Amino acid sequence: MRYIPNTPDDRTAMLAAIGAGSFAELISGVPAELLLKAPLRLPPALTEPELMSELGAMAASNVDTASNACFLGAGAYDHFIPSVIGHLATRAEFATSYTPYQAEVSQGTLQATFEYQSMVCELTGMEAANASMYDGASATAEAALMAQRVTKRAEVAVSTAVHPHYRKALRTYMRGIGSPVLELPYSSGEGVTDLDAMRADVTGSTAAVIIQYPNFFGCIEDVAEAAKIAHDKGALLVVIADPIALGLLKSPGELGADIAVGEGQPLGKSLSFGGPYLGLFACREEHLRQMPGRVVGETVDAIGKRGYVLTLQAREQHIKRERATSNICTNEALIALMAAIYMAAMGKSGIRRVAGLCVQKSHYALDELVKRPGVTRAFSAPFFKEFAVKTAKGVGPVNKRLLKQNIIGGLDLGAHYPELKGRMLVAVTEKRTKEEIDRLAGCF
Amino acid sequence: MLYFLSMDNLLIFERGTPGRAGVDMPACDVPERQISELIPEAYLRTVPPGLPEVSEPELVRHYTGLSRLNYSVDSNFYPLGSCTMKYNPKVNDDAAALSGFDSLHPLQSEETTQGALRLMYELEQCLKEIGGLARVSLQPAAGAGGEFTGMLIVRAYLEARGDRRDKVIIPDSAHGTNPASAHLAGFHVLEVKSGADGLVDLSELRKLVGPDTAGFMLTVPNTLGLFEKDIVEIARIIHGAGGLMYMDGANMNALVGLVRPGDMGFDVVHFNLHKTFSTPHGGGGPGAGPVGVSEALVPYLPAPTVEFDGTRYRLDNDRPHSVGRVQAFNGNFGVLVRAYAYIRSLGPDGLAAVSENAIINANYLLARLRGHYQLAHERHCMHEVVFSGHRQKEHGVHTRDIAKRLLDHGFYAPTVYFPLVVEEAIMIEPTETETRQTLDAFVDAMISIANEAEASPDVLTSAPHTTPVARLDETLAARRPVIRYRKPLTPHWRSPLTPSPLSS
Repeated sequence: MRYIPNTPDDRTAMLAAIGAGSFAELISGVPAELLLKAPLRLPPALTEPELMSELGAMAASNVDTASNACFLGAGAYDHFIPSVIGHLATRAEFATSYTPYQAEVSQGTLQATFEYQSMVCELTGMEAANASMYDGASATAEAALMAQRVTKRAEVAVSTAVHPHYRKALRTYMRGIGSPVLELPYSSGEGVTDLDAMRADVTGSTAAVIIQYPNFFGCIEDVAEAAKIAHDKGALLVVIADPIALGLLKSPGELGADIAVGEGQPLGKSLSFGGPYLGLFACREEHLRQMPGRVVGETVDAIGKRGYVLTLQAREQHIKRERATSNICTNEALIALMAAIYMAAMGKSGIRRVAGLCVQKSHYALDELVKRPGVTRAFSAPFFKEFAVKTAKGVGPVNKRLLKQNIIGGLDLGAHYPELKGRMLVAVTEKRTKEEIDRLAGCF
Repeated sequence: MLYFLSMDNLLIFERGTPGRAGVDMPACDVPERQISELIPEAYLRTVPPGLPEVSEPELVRHYTGLSRLNYSVDSNFYPLGSCTMKYNPKVNDDAAALSGFDSLHPLQSEETTQGALRLMYELEQCLKEIGGLARVSLQPAAGAGGEFTGMLIVRAYLEARGDRRDKVIIPDSAHGTNPASAHLAGFHVLEVKSGADGLVDLSELRKLVGPDTAGFMLTVPNTLGLFEKDIVEIARIIHGAGGLMYMDGANMNALVGLVRPGDMGFDVVHFNLHKTFSTPHGGGGPGAGPVGVSEALVPYLPAPTVEFDGTRYRLDNDRPHSVGRVQAFNGNFGVLVRAYAYIRSLGPDGLAAVSENAIINANYLLARLRGHYQLAHERHCMHEVVFSGHRQKEHGVHTRDIAKRLLDHGFYAPTVYFPLVVEEAIMIEPTETETRQTLDAFVDAMISIANEAEASPDVLTSAPHTTPVARLDETLAARRPVIRYRKPLTPHWRSPLTPSPLSS
């Protein structure tokens, strides 16, 4: 086996050094009746060319976004990924290193994470960020848990204009500790959270108010007003933000959010059928010690030189066990590195340009789509890169037609919101060309 | 170990100059309008985010420079116990990078993703067989995510039977994630002490087990590298009381192809694909923590599951008893591809050879080091061995000093101060992918350090001496947290923590 260096001679020599007559002697502590009597029933071993031939065929049977123009978003986006990200982040020194427990030989990962935390703070307008959570959904659930610790309240109020899968994951996380989850309605005309309903539903027992920015329908929420409503009742405002949109939109921090989370995938990570992605997590400094996850901090070494270490570990499971702020251990470090390289590559002007192109192209696409017979816009609120349209032809048939044109169409909102049957959620990133958009419109 | 000490130690924010960028974006090919015509001015940023302003060459040098400050398994041996830092096969990365996998949107229709669904289905079949389990969910993103999901499944199963039991028993040698995950799933944690032999003390366990016992979380082999010889009896005690058995699969590298968790009586098991199944650890993640269950618990698995009717693969969301989703999408698919490629590369015999050689390598280290360091338990170990730095402590040298000195020898340090039940613990896991020559070199370094501890302890307490930075002040970092860069108020201002790059 090419990954196992020991030869029969090595094994014999090692067993002799151990003073064991056989391998069986080493595992004499395992009850004999538990030992497998026959090999596992698995397919036989493959050599590298056989493996790649089989997996290559499996991969090729999928219809991918590399050869089909993708207008599907809904929480995962086909943005342009600069070449440098793959080249740098897949360097084995980053990819095959462990969690930086021995800081003196892990300064690469540690400094890169410190820079990542800093860039997440810049984008979200928050004062502190952690080293990453699993994805946007788990980051949202962890934000709710953190708000519960800060406010010492249980109930969580989440807008129905938040990603349906995030709401499901939130309910899963709340299930164990038995916390009530209240869903706040959206206004069917504008496609944003109904703030009057929020004002009525958020009470003195609400720990967190959770909104998405832009929301699941692509519409831009009034974060400042939501913050006011939450804060009036002593609740924290959790904002799930699209990091690309923050190149152009006011930051959650500036608008009064207490915790900003989000899906970091748009920052240079491939779609990869849903993962690994990146949970962004940032908060205000006053709540720093209630934050979940790893954090890297600056310090000095024995001779006064600047360096970085894992810090504030007293919050974490390996120290605090059942009293930890979270159970998370392994996170998404390598994806955070990719996001950091993306943000550094784009820089101050590039991130604004990407966001601007998303706005231009998505608005052009909407204009073209509503020119088609039977197509109308579903919601009226301002949007960023994603919008919903109603189509008289039905979402399924349109998507079938699009696929024949090498286009992956938008999400059928009816599958997640019964009242939105016949509405398609269309995402238009900076990667989509005028030609692709025109071809999309032609199929409606 | 060669590090590059000449790096100037600047942050990415301290490089570049206003006006530089690392990416050129194409011109807008649709009619361009004022952004404020499309989005109300009140919503728009007035100040751009303070991101770096560097050109592409600066960017590449910066991150290449950082990478050279990192230890990695591609450069040398990681003896980290319970972390299973084995070699990460390159072809697995190529498989995950195939466009048909890497460029797939998670919400695409089933008809356009048959190959990806098939891979997930087949990986589940493999893990079922390896674990002796009825079904496996691939959704959890990491080991702790698997634990949390697994304990929610236990909770849902009990609730469905109208059973309100809420105590979970966990050994004092367990990973910290076990009590944290059980707590998050709404259980009260009871700690059972290990016996003098390092194993679960059955009489202590019997005292804790009762009608309120929801389950028992156990790592097999345990974190002392020992197989729980009484596992069948333990399962009988827990099941007899109406509780469920949970296995933390972090140490599965000792069992694969040798013993199956399901056969031992476990009802719920999580796998760490980034350990046993060779996916790269990425400096802390991503991982994947699939969770498998016995027949009675199948209805409670996270939704969706992947189903196959003989011709088509599909995602099944119609699972009314499911604990729900734990991730936004289909789990860490890129990691799943790598693990599947690994299992297919090894086959049944290769997988059995993994645990066999991992166990031989660990016992070889045990045999060669026992004369120099105190063994935690005098018996053969499984895939990892735990020593104590007790002898060295007499010379004023602590385990952390031994760990730091190993860095000077070009090795990473073992897992230290864990498990908590061993004083000054030094926990070593060689894995099956290290050669005898590497193990010998590591042993030589450990022996040389043991000798230094007696002859010149100062060398150890001030180690490391050859790394890019000297020993870092963790206390300062925690007492006065600086966890982000802030732009200096004047161009030449530097943090008091920050020496000039020229003086370092």
